[in-house]
Amino acid sequence: MAELLRFEHVEISYGGESVVHDVSFSVKPGEILGLVGESGSGKSTLMKSAIGLLGNNGLVTRGDILFEGKNIPDLSEKELRKIRGARMGMIFQDAGASLCPIRTIGEQIYESMSAHRKISRQDARNQALALFDKLHFKDGKRIWDSYPFELSGGMNQRAGIAIAMLMQPAVLLADEPTSALDVAVQKQVVEEMKQLRDLFGTAILLVTHDIGVVSAMADTVLVLKDGYQVEYGPARQVLEHPMHEYTRKLLAAVPKLRRA
Amino acid sequence: MEPILQVSGLTKTFHANGKPDFTAVDQVSFLLYPGETVGIVGESGCGKSTLAKLLCRLLDVTEGTIRLCGQDITKARDRELFGAYRNIQMVFQDPLTSFDPRRTLGDGIGESLRNAGVSKTERERRVVELLEQCGLSETFAGRYPHEVSGGQCQRAAIARALAIKPKLLLCDEATSALDVTVQQQIMELLKELREKEKLSYLFICHNLALVQSFCDRVLVMHEGKIVEEGTTDQVIFYPQSDYTKILLDSIL
Repeated sequence: MAELLRFEHVEISYGGESVVHDVSFSVKPGEILGLVGESGSGKSTLMKSAIGLLGNNGLVTRGDILFEGKNIPDLSEKELRKIRGARMGMIFQDAGASLCPIRTIGEQIYESMSAHRKISRQDARNQALALFDKLHFKDGKRIWDSYPFELSGGMNQRAGIAIAMLMQPAVLLADEPTSALDVAVQKQVVEEMKQLRDLFGTAILLVTHDIGVVSAMADTVLVLKDGYQVEYGPARQVLEHPMHEYTRKLLAAVPKLRRA
Repeated sequence: MEPILQVSGLTKTFHANGKPDFTAVDQVSFLLYPGETVGIVGESGCGKSTLAKLLCRLLDVTEGTIRLCGQDITKARDRELFGAYRNIQMVFQDPLTSFDPRRTLGDGIGESLRNAGVSKTERERRVVELLEQCGLSETFAGRYPHEVSGGQCQRAAIARALAIKPKLLLCDEATSALDVTVQQQIMELLKELREKEKLSYLFICHNLALVQSFCDRVLVMHEGKIVEEGTTDQVIFYPQSDYTKILLDSIL
């Protein structure tokens, strides 16, 4: 299948100092790519560059980021706005914090959908409730009417992912989407993201430091260290037969549970 | 053998205006013997950290008793509480915020020694010794918390906790904010200290695999209560309570 998103020898600098060096990978529709590495390795920077959110200081200094035939670093802010949310969804570590605290989840869903296309409040609600239903949210109507603070951290995160998916983006950028969650909720969110991939064929760029989450979700894995790509390949191969010394060290450092 | 820590019927109820009372820790009892490492696991909000704060008297106890090295410290204050802190020290999740940002790591590490009346030259010698014991060079004594990495700062926090030579170290998610590679190094350090200093640990952690690799016994907390207790392998291999089973099955 054709590639959806492609990084070609990308170098990214902040304030003139390069922090990501020569990273290349590509993602096909429906593929889940796990970006792993320690804090400061450049995972989140790569993710931000895919959607043109590097900020005033950040710059793609070399290489191309091709998405649906366009080169992201060359696009104007106006063109990027059409892509963000609609073609590329985003979900961060704490969805509760990225929701507006003084408006209900429903209002915010309606707002984000009507920013991209003409839609009535009723249609937005129907579509949202249908998706909540597919994800087996208990009492979707209550969630629609709730303020973020009335929901648990886990429920906010699940709602955030559902909101990002309502526009049926081609790519979902997920930055540590389960890191703030308890294991039980974490498992549920992982299952739901996989279900959404199956449902819509969405590709997912997953940034996480949790190797457990990567092995449960990712098709391909890219390992970053100090901004350099040290290993890239099919998840099973990278996780079970790591070639690079650093990947081995990283995997060996993960505490593993022994069970009877 | 006399237990180091003897907790019985410990309860903490929070009162808030206009809201029903909330019991965060509910009738918790357990013993911890010298040289033993006990883990406490459970999901966020189960009362792990409230329990930790009660044990080191950062929160007042509603009901129950805490005995540390044979002494009842449930209501200890001032000089008495001061004495208790010679036996129990804490390491918290976020090393950066547990140091005074305006003072050097060396100052922070030496504070308990200064309180104990140790002279300046002796203090400086001990701080260097403690830093080295925790894998940091002496230059770290002059650095400020924001000038070091999270892992280095946590090493300094451990050095600080060890300064007064406590018998029991209470670690509340001490490695949760760190990368796995750094986490591994800190765990090695804690294991080494257990051997060399004959420390006992109360190790609060939500990561069961980490608890399994470090603890002799484990307590499983759920909604403020201890729902299961046993040797680590016994609890993980043959969980008895439904909650422990759910917790184990959720691990990816």
